[in-house]
Amino acid sequence: MTRFFNKPRAVRVAPLLILGLLASPSAMADIGSRIWATGGVTSIEGSAGGGLVPWALLGSYASDEEWGGTVALSRAEVDDYTLSVTGAGINWNNRIEVTVARQTLDLDSLAFTLKDGFGLEQDELNQDIFGVKVRLFGDALYSPWGQWSAGLQYKRQRDFTVPEAIGARNDSGTDVYFSGSKVFFAAVFGRNLLVNATVRGTRANQGGLLGFGGDLNNGYEFMAEAGAGVFINRQWLLGAEYRQKPDNLSFAREDDWWDVFIAWVPDRRFAVTAAFVNLGDVATLTDQQGVYLSLQGSF
Amino acid sequence: MGRSLAKTCTILLAITMGLVLSGCQNFQREPDNSLYLQLGERSGIANIVEDLLYLIVDDDRINAQFKGINVAQFHSNLTDQLCELSGGPCEYSGRDMREVHQSMGITNTQFNALAENLILAMEENNIPTAAQNRLIKRLLPMYPDIRHL
Ligand code: HEM
Repeated sequence: MTRFFNKPRAVRVAPLLILGLLASPSAMADIGSRIWATGGVTSIEGSAGGGLVPWALLGSYASDEEWGGTVALSRAEVDDYTLSVTGAGINWNNRIEVTVARQTLDLDSLAFTLKDGFGLEQDELNQDIFGVKVRLFGDALYSPWGQWSAGLQYKRQRDFTVPEAIGARNDSGTDVYFSGSKVFFAAVFGRNLLVNATVRGTRANQGGLLGFGGDLNNGYEFMAEAGAGVFINRQWLLGAEYRQKPDNLSFAREDDWWDVFIAWVPDRRFAVTAAFVNLGDVATLTDQQGVYLSLQGSF
Repeated sequence: MGRSLAKTCTILLAITMGLVLSGCQNFQREPDNSLYLQLGERSGIANIVEDLLYLIVDDDRINAQFKGINVAQFHSNLTDQLCELSGGPCEYSGRDMREVHQSMGITNTQFNALAENLILAMEENNIPTAAQNRLIKRLLPMYPDIRHL
């Protein structure tokens, strides 16, 4: 018999329990209840995910009886471009996520190409993205088969002159995606492993910054996207992402994207993500690599 | 289009295989007692459960559920359960998980709250991250019972 009764300990706890119930301190519960860092971060398109890819996780920490929200500022600086993103989102009951994002792409060196080749005076491109994501079933932590979500991203160009000049057909488009995410506990040297897979139907050129559809292809195509990360502990997530891309414009080849990221989540209210990103060739400028930094606040 | 479709399929297949393979690990039973030792044996687990109780009392998301329970019995039963689950020489003699929690209508929010408090209690007792994760992994199969799904 190895069972024994630890009476003194229980006796010490009992009055505390009563006291606690009487005093009823409102310590937690203002911010959502989901486990730390399980809301992902704000991706460049505003949807919860990693940096480049939307995941099945919904933003903020709202659990099934709670509201939550996020705001984020991100910046990617690659060789010849700078992308800035401002995003915000709300989450109701960990069921529906609604997001908005504004992307600004500074054309830096491309501005010269455009002026010489097309006579266009334009040094930035802007796009608005309105997103909705619904958690269809499952829970990334607790369901053996993970969490599955579907989402839409309606994207609207604010400056269509350049995309039109290089052959894009439309100034707006809607991406549709289906995504699965699962945390495998104690999977890699006792660390938790987060795996995400996303399939996206899209006509967007460079995510929509170069418009939608083109001369090589004008219809929807399915693209595979994935991300995986290891929680070093509950504050640090180290991982990588991959995003397949269409190639609709003969003007310039479009490459797949990938990144290696580290996210630091010191607290539910705050997250910092840093990444090395590789965007490949973008609008005739080759091998665009650089750094990505994103700050996110949750409430 | 053909090239990209083939590539899409290959990638999806690779991801699916990865998910299935890592999913299979979930069903492996580790018979050793290394986790039990990392948790500090029964006395270490008893300390964790005690700290968990303090956290529950302070937590408005769930403390109402625990009002008026037999604290000593809860403490000893949960300690036994975690001891047994971690490969220790204990035998859980409390009630069936589904039966106990059935009428409580426990939400995902409340389950998360309890999981959070358990993690904090383990942190207070300096349990290494890997051991925390291994214990939670062994608790996961109870999720549907506790939430009465
Ligand atoms: C992985 C999660 C959980 C585990 C392993 C667990 C385990 C247990 C165990 C072993 C007992 C003692 C049973 C007995 O004495 O016969 C118990 C009782 C209890 N549990 Fe849970 N539980 C979990 C989650 C929850 C949650 C989320 C809540 C509510 C928010 C909850 C509320 C209670 C209450 C109020 C009792 C006392 C019932 C009584 O003595 O009448 N449990 N639980």
